Amino acid sequence: MAHDIQEKVDAVSGVTTTGHSWDNIEELNNPLPRWWLWTFYFTIVWAIAYCIAYPAWPLVSSYTKGVLGWQSRDAVEVELAALKDLRSGMTAKLAASSLDEIKQDPEMFAFARAQGKAAFGDNCAPCHGAGGGGAKGYPNLNDDDWLWGGSLEQIQQTIRFGVRSTSDEGHSGSMPAFGRDGMLKREEISQVADYVRSLSGLPTDKGADLAAGEKIFADNCAACHGTTGQGMQEMGAPNLTDKIWLFGSDKAVIVEGINNGRGGVMPTWQGRLDDTTIKALTLYVHSLGGGQNP
Amino acid sequence: MADAPVSPSLTNSGPEDAPLYAPRKQIYPQAVKGRFRTIKWVVLAVTLGIYYLLPFLRWDRGPHAPDQAILVDLAQGRFYFFFIEIWPQEVYYFTGLLVLAALVLFLMNAVAGRVWCGYLCPQTVWTDLFYAVERWIEGDRRDRMRKDREKLTLKTAAQKSLKHFIWLMIAWWTGGAWVLYFADAPTLVRELATFQAPMIAYVWIGILTFTTYTLAGFMREQVCTYMCPWPRIQAALTDEYALNVTYRYDRGEPRGSMKKNEAMRLQGQPAGDCIDCYQCVNVCPTGVDIRKGLQLDCIQCGLCIDACNTVMEKINRPLNLIAYDTEMNVKARIEGRSETRHIVRPRTIFYAAIIALVGATMIGSLAMRRTVYLSVMHDRNPLYVHLSDGSIRNGFTVRVANKNLDERSYALTVEGLSGAKLDIVGGEIDQQGQVVVKVGPDQTLEARVLVSSQGSDVPPSTDIHFTLTDLATGDTARMSDYFKAP
Repeated sequence: MAHDIQEKVDAVSGVTTTGHSWDNIEELNNPLPRWWLWTFYFTIVWAIAYCIAYPAWPLVSSYTKGVLGWQSRDAVEVELAALKDLRSGMTAKLAASSLDEIKQDPEMFAFARAQGKAAFGDNCAPCHGAGGGGAKGYPNLNDDDWLWGGSLEQIQQTIRFGVRSTSDEGHSGSMPAFGRDGMLKREEISQVADYVRSLSGLPTDKGADLAAGEKIFADNCAACHGTTGQGMQEMGAPNLTDKIWLFGSDKAVIVEGINNGRGGVMPTWQGRLDDTTIKALTLYVHSLGGGQNP
Repeated sequence: MADAPVSPSLTNSGPEDAPLYAPRKQIYPQAVKGRFRTIKWVVLAVTLGIYYLLPFLRWDRGPHAPDQAILVDLAQGRFYFFFIEIWPQEVYYFTGLLVLAALVLFLMNAVAGRVWCGYLCPQTVWTDLFYAVERWIEGDRRDRMRKDREKLTLKTAAQKSLKHFIWLMIAWWTGGAWVLYFADAPTLVRELATFQAPMIAYVWIGILTFTTYTLAGFMREQVCTYMCPWPRIQAALTDEYALNVTYRYDRGEPRGSMKKNEAMRLQGQPAGDCIDCYQCVNVCPTGVDIRKGLQLDCIQCGLCIDACNTVMEKINRPLNLIAYDTEMNVKARIEGRSETRHIVRPRTIFYAAIIALVGATMIGSLAMRRTVYLSVMHDRNPLYVHLSDGSIRNGFTVRVANKNLDERSYALTVEGLSGAKLDIVGGEIDQQGQVVVKVGPDQTLEARVLVSSQGSDVPPSTDIHFTLTDLATGDTARMSDYFKAP
């Protein structure tokens, strides 16, 4: 180091300079307190200790684990347990109450809907959509049309055992494949499809023989869909007179349904979800479109 | 331009014996009596009194709300300040308060420099209190200097232990008072005493005991000179019109001993009033020599004024050689002009105007604050559904907040869509077919409502308005949204 620079004193402030000069602006030597330096050293020591104690450095396929063995996963589990603990009172109350009791109690109802919403997102949304809006072949749960009934008990029954599922108690009953299995001819299928469209006020093909369609309907379809086509929830047979169509209302879609039959499947949730969660889901689904009263 | 030095002369790193870090210089401020010292004692008593006792002040709010005048109820998400109750979504009032505090600080600075630092800053107030304890036990400046210089005797060790004990008690009480703002004070005091209080209370008392003890007992003036950003900001905000603690060098210089100056005065030579007695430096809590002019370390507490005046009185010279004065006036006197005082000037008018504006906005919004609150969220998925009769239905999540301290019923109506039908999930419909929402005191309620069109002939988007009416008072809250259709 060069010693040729004299200790210079700034004329205005009377403070010595450090000798550093930038564009002729000189740096005054107003020294920092030493404790500041020690604080800086302490942060370095702290950083090293932290790296030793906690997970810190990425390695090729892993990372340094830290001697304390702390893991973010453990921390999450502790938090989840605390959350479960916090909710346990309400969960127990939910488990002990009937669906109607829960619906009557604003606090429990709000809790059940919140829990149901989360469970719906995890389990039901892939088919029914995030808000229960449904998709082609997957019922919209926000509307007022319920294939298997929209009362609290009926919804719970459906969630619990599913539809055409592996459970013996699940809803069964499916639309036969009238065309594929040779029960109806192509011509007849077209006629009955036109008749079905007319039931809900949809336009029919020119020159469609609705009388013939009605006859075919009465012979083949009325057993499940009812004589007037109003449907039958015990069979899961849709109401054909309303404006809601699970697979669509185009003639081609209806013909396709009569030809090959229909039978969507919903899995059984009993055993996969606990009773309280199913209860919460029931209340949530019921609340989406207001459900039906028993 | 071409031959301007471009690189810092890093190779010539200067005299190597000049240390870059300085050891701490212990400051032993001497006791002083006078006008500003008295003001400081009064401010200390009032501010600490408010801080320590305020949590015990009661305020009757009725049966459903706590009766503590100032309470930050974190668990329930409520803040009570006398007659004002603030909900979490209204924390902007705190932002307003902070903005207001900053502006008041600026105004104070424009009028009287760092008067905040000298009198009101918590660091100053607690340090002052700690100094008082120290002085009471260990004696004044010279005693303390001697005791620190000499070997520790049993007596001084006992004195120092007592001092630290009292310091810790004050610090502990400081932390204790802090937590009382977050829970019912009398209950919490009982819980703290019987070790029933929540862990977090003890943790915070511990933290604040530690910080008070460290900052007021040891760090002291170092906080002002090295940690606090305000002196640096303040230096940029002050100007020559601000009243600052000023050494009137026009009167004080040339300084010299009393005898020398008197002799010179007799000979008709210029002699200042400053007799270089160093009393102003000795009493300074930050160790500043005010005669060097305005400087960063000066907190402008005015104690040097008191000290100097005591001396001036003794030597029969006019008082206020050091005084709250402006740079302008010093110059004016030197140039033979008369002194002026410009409190009202663009800067102060500007600050005062903004303070009035922000304050009026806050008072206005507080006064017009509704006790009923409505928020509406449209279902996003699905945006609409077809019903079996062909009509269209939209789902909404409605949140109603009842800021009153009793249970209220509200009627919810929707306008903008002719013949629309409003329904509520799990709610009540009264005899008139009105949707009624009942919300408990000081609570919110989330409800799901469904709006259905009369038929399928609806435009893709229609403006609709929800109105919530308090059935008891007729107060309303409105919220606009859209009715969506294919």
